[in-house]
Amino acid sequence: METTANHHADLHRDDEASKIGMWLFIFTEILLFGGLFIVYSVYRFRNPVAFHIAHEELSITMGLINTIILLISSATVAISISAIQKNDKKMTLIMLGLTLLLALTFLVNKYFEWGAKFEHGMYPGSELMKMLSNGDMLFFSLYFFMTGLHGIHIIVGMILLAVSFFQVKSGKIHSTRFFLLENSGLYWHLVDLIWIFLFPLFYLIH
Amino acid sequence: MSEDKHHHIVEYKNHILVLLLLISLTVITVAITSVELGPYNTAAAMLIASIKVAIVLMYFMHLRFDQKIYRFMATIVILIFMAVIVVTFFDYLYR
Repeated sequence: METTANHHADLHRDDEASKIGMWLFIFTEILLFGGLFIVYSVYRFRNPVAFHIAHEELSITMGLINTIILLISSATVAISISAIQKNDKKMTLIMLGLTLLLALTFLVNKYFEWGAKFEHGMYPGSELMKMLSNGDMLFFSLYFFMTGLHGIHIIVGMILLAVSFFQVKSGKIHSTRFFLLENSGLYWHLVDLIWIFLFPLFYLIH
Repeated sequence: MSEDKHHHIVEYKNHILVLLLLISLTVITVAITSVELGPYNTAAAMLIASIKVAIVLMYFMHLRFDQKIYRFMATIVILIFMAVIVVTFFDYLYR
């Protein structure tokens, strides 16, 4: 292709394709967590009593608060996308800022939740963990692994949203070019989707 | 809705309504699992979680307003996942 110093041709851009790409990635994430949910279900099916007793160590209130925080943050991301389409830059930035704040609150709650467990000597590979019965150990290993993996997704989502935030601020993302914000939003909703299943499975065993 | 618009814009109000619905469903789940329903507790919790996921997919993730191809792909993935669950549990239940 011929390159000239001052050509004004627009760069090729395909928002629809980038969105399909994001969805394909989301599908792989769904199957990743889906596999873990199946592992969890099989072990719970085989150790119903141990799972029921072990889950009482988790605080329903804490889980409920974190669930509501994530639901609100999903709504604020959705509103920020509506706002950028309406060319309301201020609203977009407010909503994205709010989302990041809520995400941080979620992580802080998680820190205290995990921290309390660690203080009691309950962490992957600890002496206490090794002394647990098979079912208890499975419950807590899966708890730490699945909420931990979910936590990593929260951090990745926060990075994507923070990048979007600064690009909205600098004007790189605007009302006709917002695929990065839209795809980051999709990723953030995925994080919410996973938590919607994690919460009843780990905190609400009856 | 205008035809030339590439994207459907959802009103802020609708996002708030969806959020309130999701929070209500969450509270209902906690309430249901705190009463004794035997094996139906888990079934009810999973049913409500599935409804919540469907609402997030359709409204927050725009599947309802986007082109059909996205809904089609998402449905296939969910069906594959459900098939794996069914096969796994047939194995463990009738082993």
